[in-house]
Amino acid sequence: MLKLEKLTKVYKTGDKALSEVDMEVPKGQVIALIGPSGAGKSTLIRCINRLVSPTGGSVILDGVDVTSLGSSGLRRERRRMGMIFQEYALVERLSVMENVLSGRLGYVGFFRSFFRKFPQSDVDEAFRLLDRVGLLHMADKRADELSGGQRQRVGIARALIQDPAVLLVDEPTASLDPKTSREIMRLIVEMCEERKLAAIINIHDVSLAQMFVQRVVGLKMGRIIFDGAPNQLTPDVLTEIYGEEDWEATIEAVDDDDYDADDVDGEGKKGEA
Amino acid sequence: MSVTLQDRVGKPWRKPHFISNPFLRWGLIIATVIYLILAIGSLEVSWERVYLGLERGWRFIVGFSQPDFISRWPDIYEGMIESVIMTITSTIVGIAISIPIALGAASNIAPLPVYLICRGIISISRALNEIIVAILLVAIFGFGPLAGFLTLSFATIGFLAKLLAEDIEDMNKSQAEAIRSTGASWLQWVNFGVQPQVMPRLIGLSIYRLDINFRESAVLGLVGAGGIGATLNTAFDRYEFDTVAAILIMIIVTVMALEFISGNIRARVQ
Amino acid sequence: MPTRINSKNVKVWQVRDRNGQLLRWAMWMTAAILFYLSWMKISAETTWYFFFDAPRIAADIGTRAFPPRWEYITSLGKPIWDTFNIATLGTVIALVIAVPVAFLAAQNTTPKIPLHPWAVGFIPPFVRKFIMTTTGEDVYSAGLIRPFALLVIVSSRSINSLIWALLLVSIVGPGVFAGLLAISIRSIGFCAKLLYEAIEEIDATQVEAIRATGASGWQVMVYGIVPQILPAFAGIAVFRWDINIRESTVLGLVGAGGIGLQLQGSLNILAWPQVSLILVVILVAVILGEWISAKVRAAII
Repeated sequence: MLKLEKLTKVYKTGDKALSEVDMEVPKGQVIALIGPSGAGKSTLIRCINRLVSPTGGSVILDGVDVTSLGSSGLRRERRRMGMIFQEYALVERLSVMENVLSGRLGYVGFFRSFFRKFPQSDVDEAFRLLDRVGLLHMADKRADELSGGQRQRVGIARALIQDPAVLLVDEPTASLDPKTSREIMRLIVEMCEERKLAAIINIHDVSLAQMFVQRVVGLKMGRIIFDGAPNQLTPDVLTEIYGEEDWEATIEAVDDDDYDADDVDGEGKKGEA
Repeated sequence: MSVTLQDRVGKPWRKPHFISNPFLRWGLIIATVIYLILAIGSLEVSWERVYLGLERGWRFIVGFSQPDFISRWPDIYEGMIESVIMTITSTIVGIAISIPIALGAASNIAPLPVYLICRGIISISRALNEIIVAILLVAIFGFGPLAGFLTLSFATIGFLAKLLAEDIEDMNKSQAEAIRSTGASWLQWVNFGVQPQVMPRLIGLSIYRLDINFRESAVLGLVGAGGIGATLNTAFDRYEFDTVAAILIMIIVTVMALEFISGNIRARVQ
Repeated sequence: MPTRINSKNVKVWQVRDRNGQLLRWAMWMTAAILFYLSWMKISAETTWYFFFDAPRIAADIGTRAFPPRWEYITSLGKPIWDTFNIATLGTVIALVIAVPVAFLAAQNTTPKIPLHPWAVGFIPPFVRKFIMTTTGEDVYSAGLIRPFALLVIVSSRSINSLIWALLLVSIVGPGVFAGLLAISIRSIGFCAKLLYEAIEEIDATQVEAIRATGASGWQVMVYGIVPQILPAFAGIAVFRWDINIRESTVLGLVGAGGIGLQLQGSLNILAWPQVSLILVVILVAVILGEWISAKVRAAII
């Protein structure tokens, strides 16, 4: 179980991205995290695996306080948190197989990984995952030869091979067309069901979220202002989260809210440096 | 889609090799190893001599902590002034000659015969090392900064005209055509259609070349073509490492200052 | 719109306003005066008799140098081999050293180890200020590693390989070894600079993704950073090798081995037919080098 207690992040610039966020994610539950650009969704996810270090509060994964760990302890816990990225973030000049196997880096020593001598069990698991996401035939292609949807499938395989307890998913469909978006969301949710994984999915597309998840959390200005079942998302709630808009004509209106979580990402990098 | 999971699971996986043909791959590896053995074998390092030289090396390093600007100041001053004037004159003359040559070497402006001649000049200038040009020019014009000035001007042409010609070739065609369509003469067309487009790059490149010319002017003295190099050479010959250090510091500081200024100006015009 | 009043008291349009006009004028004036003064200096140091005599001398040298003494080529085998080795091994050595220097010099990979306040006290204020303005970070928080790496790069780049050769000849004695070291030292700064710029341009999210898997620092380097800079690295290597071929042909002039040694020897005894042959050989070597490097670069990128 993943538990966030009073998680707070204040960037060096003074921007308060998260203020005292409390949240519990039980095993096997898939959560969609919605909210306007700059609400702190990206920061929240990155604070959990400490790609961005939180300035207060704690993240507790199955009883381990991630926020207080030293670097080797942190690496051990990161293995249990698979992450899927908006722009796929595959290492483009490595092969698909190397990208998938890079999910095992936390488990193998430096020289094994340097010479690409992964244990046979990892190799087998990589092939099984590639087969599951339908890309077995692409195993030895270079990642930059793949289409967007295919890349995201590799990203999913990379996260799953970590054998994680929780998936952190940052705008998985933001760069994909509507059909591929649904396929990817379906794949993520199915995988979580198969493996009893908890997942937090940042997502802009409210209707897509409603279609796939059991629970929706709404974030605004770094605070949780909604937490409930997808069907509880009434136009009033959406107005509260995103601001005034004709929410009856749902999908278009939400899509119009142009995607640019980049602001948050940018701040994230600055905050780290 | 012919690959099935059963084909791959349980079998070892290897990263595909960069060169897939094993004969070629091993051939290249073996050839490289043999080359390295032969090349290192033919080095003829006299470790005894190196050991003796370490003391001098140390004196050189110590020289940097107490550089001696004083004892050879008149020579250093004279050398630096010569280097600077060679840099200035050669850059200006180089630019002045480069511009017509660049126009001639741009395939979208120049007729073929002119293009070939200008490209020929550029190739010759680029293929000949500055030092070799300097040696020949010293033999012809005698010792002194004139030979250095001519060398650097010649080298500037190859550099500047080539890059400028490429820039002219990359320019926006429709802008130039718009000027042509007003009935402008060829010179007016160059002035209004081409020049505004390539001017920022010309300024940037010129300043960059000024920087390079100064660096080069520091070595031309080694072959008698004027500049600080001659002073430096003498200091080395006399093993006066504190003077050497002083000269090198002056060169480094000047180069850094020029780089700083040129970086600023380039950032401003581009 | 910039205008001025002309003699007939009519406003006329002009391209620039008064100050802009004056500034341009002043710049042209300064350039002209500088050029004039510099030219006077050169002129004063030139024996103009030699200058006007130059065509005759050039023609004289030309007739003596032609035809080149082709049979001399047999004694150029070893010097050519040496020149090639200086350039190639020099590039290899330079790359081996340039890689760590580049990682220490790149903003996003350099280790930032804050300096103890006690140690900061030993740094002269103007040095600290200089580091602050050039690197954008105070030694107090970012330490001295990056400034040091940048210093190595600048020193190596500002000094021409011939000067390095001059120095090394006086340290390790004349010969190929001095040339090899000179080329290596000169190339470190060049390669490290281009490489650290490439490192600073990598896609940070790819690195982040590897870090998120729980990879160690070195694993992040090998999986997240190295694949991204490999093409740039190969390009830089070939590019510098091409330059080094050119530079190693003249190192012999100061005694640092290679074909330049023969050139110097032939010049000293005014053996012009040999000089012309050597120049032809050098020209061929340079063109071959450029051709090979262009081919290799096209193949990699």
